[in-house]
Amino acid sequence: MENLVRIGCGAGFAGDRADASEAVITELSRRTGPRFLMFETLAERTLALCQLERRQHPARGYSPALERMLPRALGPCLASGIRIVGNFGGAHSMAAGARVAALARAAGFPDARIAVVEGDDLSNAFSTDELIAREVDGAVLAGRPAIVAANVYLGAEAIAQALDAGADVVVTGRVADPSLALGPLVHAFGWDWSDWRSLAAGTLAGHLLECGAQVTGGYFADPGVEDVPGLSEIGYPIAEISPTGELVVTKPHGTGGIVDRRTVTEQILYEVHDPAAYLTPDVILDIGGVELGDDGPDRVRVTGARGHRRPERLKATVLVASGVLGEAEISYAGPNALARARLAADIVTARLQRRAPELEVRVDAIGLDSTFGSLATEISRVASPPAEIRLRFAAQHQNREPVELMLDEVEALYCAGPAGGGGVRRHLTPRLASASCLIERERVTPRVTFVGEAA
Amino acid sequence: MSGVVVPLHRLAHARTGDKGNRSNIALICREPRFFATIAAQFTAERVAAHFAARRPSNVKRYELPKLFAFNFVLDDVLEGGVNASLGLDGHGKALSFFLLTAEIAIEEELLTQTPAITAKPSHEFERETGG
Repeated sequence: MENLVRIGCGAGFAGDRADASEAVITELSRRTGPRFLMFETLAERTLALCQLERRQHPARGYSPALERMLPRALGPCLASGIRIVGNFGGAHSMAAGARVAALARAAGFPDARIAVVEGDDLSNAFSTDELIAREVDGAVLAGRPAIVAANVYLGAEAIAQALDAGADVVVTGRVADPSLALGPLVHAFGWDWSDWRSLAAGTLAGHLLECGAQVTGGYFADPGVEDVPGLSEIGYPIAEISPTGELVVTKPHGTGGIVDRRTVTEQILYEVHDPAAYLTPDVILDIGGVELGDDGPDRVRVTGARGHRRPERLKATVLVASGVLGEAEISYAGPNALARARLAADIVTARLQRRAPELEVRVDAIGLDSTFGSLATEISRVASPPAEIRLRFAAQHQNREPVELMLDEVEALYCAGPAGGGGVRRHLTPRLASASCLIERERVTPRVTFVGEAA
Repeated sequence: MSGVVVPLHRLAHARTGDKGNRSNIALICREPRFFATIAAQFTAERVAAHFAARRPSNVKRYELPKLFAFNFVLDDVLEGGVNASLGLDGHGKALSFFLLTAEIAIEEELLTQTPAITAKPSHEFERETGG
């Protein structure tokens, strides 16, 4: 079919497989027409860590996924005319852009044009009071905590603008994930920014791509019930979109995984609340009327996305420091393991009640009740004695000291606890609390800059 | 016609998503013919009761008959969410499989009927159902 745009996804999150894009690039390089590769690598926590890194090292602060994923993808993409859009920017999109330019030179493409999208970072433009006044769904900011990161979700417009201006690679900071696909589509098809139906179709394409293998059989296998072939070599998704917004989801030939009604439906509804109102900066997507159709093996046609006028205000996420989380574990195995584990839990709990009464301590028995927690089986109701128990203690606090005390108490079980406890592991993680704010569009100005070119 | 009670896992698959302290669970029929049975029994109230130990402040059900699916949105069930929960699964990723542990009553004929539809590759699905 003529006039199709193809968009592949090389990463659905910062921790995704570094080699995921290889088969996608191979498949796209066999095709003609406009082809794009998107990378989504910027979880909330990733962005906060980027901010902290930039404070220490002013030339850094971009997503560590850039170094893991891009060196192997960049050369083949530039050689094949596949343009890359990725939110590698983290807290420092310009530094990420400079790094991409260096990688392009090293790959033999000194003339590659690298665009950087900025304007998502609100930390200088908004005071804490202004952010507090705009917080919704909670009051995380009310205590005027130390703000680590404040970023607004930009839409697809700056991405399309960068591609219009000839970018081979577009590096963004925080953008709505589906916008990574919508930007290329608006660039390629010239859709109007008030053509809500087309913008909805493009946003749905982006939503289906944004989690990588979650639409191609990843996160789906349930052996004997829903089997997925070739999961160790699962193919990451490719969407084919027509100028009228017709959409097919597929994956590279010769890869593992499945694309069918079941896998596509799971991803359509992933992280959706009201299906009639999936909010993005570009459009309100209504998936209530979406239908799926057969388009051959591992090809699903997705139709019926409706769109409504984009929201007046933009969502921002503000992350604040929120103390530390401590976790410590110890194992009990063999005869009477359950009773020894219970005794260990009682000892640690009793000592902490005395020594750190401010601490709320959670105790889980991994393998028995740790995942569903209070939802499922109580330890006391376990029918047959388990062969082993791994106890997990968790606590968090604004101050580090009581949490470290908890970790010490678990470790002390080695000598002072019940018989046979082994395998203590302990760690401490800084915690972040997250607030949502709604920001007026007129206070947000996305900017596009080309690395190494005069503005 | 006689009825049997089976785990919901027999009739549906599910995926959880999270935003803050709110969880959404997409419940998807393994076969389109299960839609009405699930619709009749898995009301928002039933799902709220199933998750009572997590004290949801609100549960809402959205129906997607064209996708043979439901979207349940459960408020305040993630022990504060991934940034605040002391639990291992702060995202609530596994809650989808907790929903699938619930039991559902179904006509035996409807359950065991294995028409050609299920034996064919899934991409044949729409043709068979005339969708």
